[in-house]
Amino acid sequence: MKRILEVNIGLVFLFLYVPILAVVIFSFNSGEQISVWEGFTFGWYAKLFEDEALWRACRNSLMVAGVATVIATVIGTAAALAIERYRFRFRTALVRYLYLPIIIPDIVLAIALLTFYVQVRIPLGLITVIIAHGVFNIAYVTIVVRARLQGYDNTLEEAARDLGANEWQTFWRITLPLIASGIIGGALLAFTLSIDDFVITFFTAGVGYTTLSVHIYSLLKFGITPKINAISTMLLANSIVFILLFLWFQGGATTSKKQNAQ
Amino acid sequence: MILSVITVASVSKTNMRRNYHLLILLFPVVFWLVCFFLLPLVSVFIYSFLERGTYGGVQWNFTLENYQRLFDGLYLGILWRSASTALVCTAICLLLGYPFAYYLARYKPKHRSILLLLVVVPFWTNFLIRTYAWILILRTEGLLNSLLGSVFPNWSPLELLNTPFAVQIGLVYGYLPFMILPLYAALEQLDMSLLEAAQDLGASPRRAFWHVTVPLSLPGILAGSMLVFIPTVGAFLTPDLLGGGKVSYIGNVIERQFKTARDWPFGSSLSFMLMGIVLVSTVLYFRALQQDESKAT
Repeated sequence: MKRILEVNIGLVFLFLYVPILAVVIFSFNSGEQISVWEGFTFGWYAKLFEDEALWRACRNSLMVAGVATVIATVIGTAAALAIERYRFRFRTALVRYLYLPIIIPDIVLAIALLTFYVQVRIPLGLITVIIAHGVFNIAYVTIVVRARLQGYDNTLEEAARDLGANEWQTFWRITLPLIASGIIGGALLAFTLSIDDFVITFFTAGVGYTTLSVHIYSLLKFGITPKINAISTMLLANSIVFILLFLWFQGGATTSKKQNAQ
Repeated sequence: MILSVITVASVSKTNMRRNYHLLILLFPVVFWLVCFFLLPLVSVFIYSFLERGTYGGVQWNFTLENYQRLFDGLYLGILWRSASTALVCTAICLLLGYPFAYYLARYKPKHRSILLLLVVVPFWTNFLIRTYAWILILRTEGLLNSLLGSVFPNWSPLELLNTPFAVQIGLVYGYLPFMILPLYAALEQLDMSLLEAAQDLGASPRRAFWHVTVPLSLPGILAGSMLVFIPTVGAFLTPDLLGGGKVSYIGNVIERQFKTARDWPFGSSLSFMLMGIVLVSTVLYFRALQQDESKAT
């Protein structure tokens, strides 16, 4: 029985990682074919630096993700604080409604926003993408920050108030530092999801406003070259850095929780 | 008397402050979600009752035709293909993911977090790239065919890409971590003493597994199935890239109405139906979860 489980573990990991590793390996392939090995080269990476369109797309992606993340982090944190700290009439309804943007399929959210923009005559551009990313990012930030708020202890705040701090001071000096790891974790997740999003961007971006994902999509659709292997490897390295950061902040959260418990 | 007036006044003052804080905290989220989520949903709903304009755009005439067209055999077939593909995907993810999560939850805690990290990495990786990886493997001159070609000298390359098989494998690949993580969360919390008790009372390991482990991990099974089924039923990217547009799924049909066919009203009615399917399965999920909880208490 144990043997079967071990074989299953091995197979699942192979299944998850062989495709990714294949992309990484073939990004160093000197041949013109994406999957026929000919020799080792860094040439495709060098080509990336000359690719104007790619860099423009990167800049657009960073801008969209940056702005959408800031907006979503502020709004999502406020929502999480309200939900966890207060009891109010439509609380349960709000919690359910808040998660709807991540429950419904991407394509439905995308075309809902597209028809809305057209009806109220907002011209499609990068702002329309930022607004759209805000919708799903708020939900993710709220989930992560709520999780952090649930595992924390109110007595510190009460102590601060007993010692004469006003509400504003208590918030900045006590609450915010305590939940900072959750907020940063939520922001990192939002940023990654925003950079990775394709479907919603594809429908809500104006003509000429290409993001990285849309750029990669058009490469995949209209001419696969080995350059894609190099772009993919760079993005992969990027997401590994982000996960490590995320886990580092979450790890910080659990250790400070333990300290609280002591 | 005076005292009670003072306390009432101070209570209403703190109450006002409380409401003021709540307003500041809640206004942005409510504003954003009403303007950019609720109104857009209303907007697709309206579009789905309009007539298609001659040169793209819409005519503001009320019609039910877009919904009647959904019951056309063609679209019912596409819907059935999407739903059955999503169900098969969910089943495969469950079959691969359950033993995986089960083993992981019982692994040495020290190494467990590394294994868990390895499951999470794909979740954080760009979906386009993970889908592209399968193009690299499945295309006619791709890795799988060249591997099989080097093992069997007479191998004639198979056309694997642009088939329903490629779509199915791409979807399982894309959403397997969504199944594993909730299953792991449920199985990790499982109280091992219950299993020991079952075995002490004479249950065989298999019986203990089916009568103790599986029912107790049901919330994880339900959550994982939801997280896999919902995005796969409306998937657009995987069928588009790995199916090559040769086999239609509901996500692709919707995209085509908006990007090429320029029939926005029909595309809107299709996405409303898709949303209906998703909402029905969400309601079923919460029902099942409630039933499970009420059984437990």
